[in-house]
Amino acid sequence: MYDGRPILPLTVSGLSYEAGGKRLLDTVSFDLAAGRRTIVMGPNGAGKTLLLRLCHGLIEPTSGRVEWRGGSAVGRHAMLFQRPVMLRRSALGNLHHALALNGLPRTEREPRARQALAHFGLEDIASQPARRLSGGEQQRLALARAWAQRPQALFLDEPTSALDPAATRAIEAMVQTCHAEGMKIVMTTHDMGQARRLADEVIFLHHGRLLEHTPAEEFFDHPRTPEAQAFIRGELLW
Amino acid sequence: MNQQNAFITALDLIASLDPVLGDIVLLSLKVTLSAVLIAAAIGLPLGAALALGRFPGRSALIVVSNALMGLPPVVAGLVVYLLLSRSGPLGFLGMLFTPGAMILAQTVLILPIVISLTRQIVEDLWAEYEEQLRSLGSSRMRAIPTLLWDGRFSLITAILAGFGRASAEVGAVLIVGGNIAGYTRTMTTAIALETSKGDLALALGLGIILLTITLLLNTGAFVAGRMAQRAAG
Repeated sequence: MYDGRPILPLTVSGLSYEAGGKRLLDTVSFDLAAGRRTIVMGPNGAGKTLLLRLCHGLIEPTSGRVEWRGGSAVGRHAMLFQRPVMLRRSALGNLHHALALNGLPRTEREPRARQALAHFGLEDIASQPARRLSGGEQQRLALARAWAQRPQALFLDEPTSALDPAATRAIEAMVQTCHAEGMKIVMTTHDMGQARRLADEVIFLHHGRLLEHTPAEEFFDHPRTPEAQAFIRGELLW
Repeated sequence: MNQQNAFITALDLIASLDPVLGDIVLLSLKVTLSAVLIAAAIGLPLGAALALGRFPGRSALIVVSNALMGLPPVVAGLVVYLLLSRSGPLGFLGMLFTPGAMILAQTVLILPIVISLTRQIVEDLWAEYEEQLRSLGSSRMRAIPTLLWDGRFSLITAILAGFGRASAEVGAVLIVGGNIAGYTRTMTTAIALETSKGDLALALGLGIILLTITLLLNTGAFVAGRMAQRAAG
């Protein structure tokens, strides 16, 4: 269902980011293959959000590289933010705008936007002003908006941290749908239960360094590093 | 004539729909609304471009634009007068002492207001939207129409500020229009003239009308804005 040539795997090598003389991300390297759901974990300030923003191309690294297969992947990966920004127009209008930015021909926007809303059961809110929707509805709409652009990879930065359990469940179901359709999922979360529910593999960051990149079962049952062990036990890390 | 009599005469003039008064009111509205329309058409995109563009001299332009918000109307009038006078660079247009010249002078006067306020509004919106819009694939320049539309309710205030300045000023239209009866006489120039002649009734009547129109226009914009905002979130 995705357009164009494949952009995965994503190869991150020696990625560092400095701001104000502090090294916030320190020579992080990993490969991300298609298919597996990658959950990025770590205590506050570990660099999780920063890593996603670098991979998505929102900011430039101080050093190191983010390389997609076959070079440029502009417009082929999307990102869901902790708090989505909705434009002052209808839910459907927001999808139209995103599809216009994606370069979709005008005549194809309406069917694609309707399809995205229907795919996630959001037809009812199509004509509602997007900014009037609840936080949970806005996040679901934001995910439908990302889905409508047909990305091959989707970055999610703590998408449910501000939501109630029902909305969280709805978002998780949508993520599972995207995953089942072949979209690469890369998601940060604070919620250990959510990580266990969704993860195929875990990237564990601490103080800007990558400490573990392991299959989920191995990470949760037999973490290798003392930091990850303490993190899973729920101890405070700094 | 005492001031109470002047007030009664003023209400009489308004109630009798005095044709001279009507012409003056219509010309004032035509000049001011044209200037607002032109300034908005130029100032909104220019202000947004100034907010999002990155080019050398941008800071200087912002400072100049902010400073020009305080441009004295007589100075704006003088500049346009020099441009349009027979020996000026635009003298061949023969526009001096016409309503067109007055529209030009008021446009010059309110353009900095529209540009500066638009620049500030769009810059604040961009700070909130930047990462989301860039993530969706928007360039900075492509964001200009998006942000102008999303900031429409705040931008109405910027345009109303321009309208207020244009409808209230007298110096610029007096210099380039010449206050010619039945041709370039507006409410403000007529008020100045009639007051100096001692015809306080007409002056006061015009003052009341000017204030009423301004109030009605702002009320209309406020109500329309509120309704649209309720619909759009």
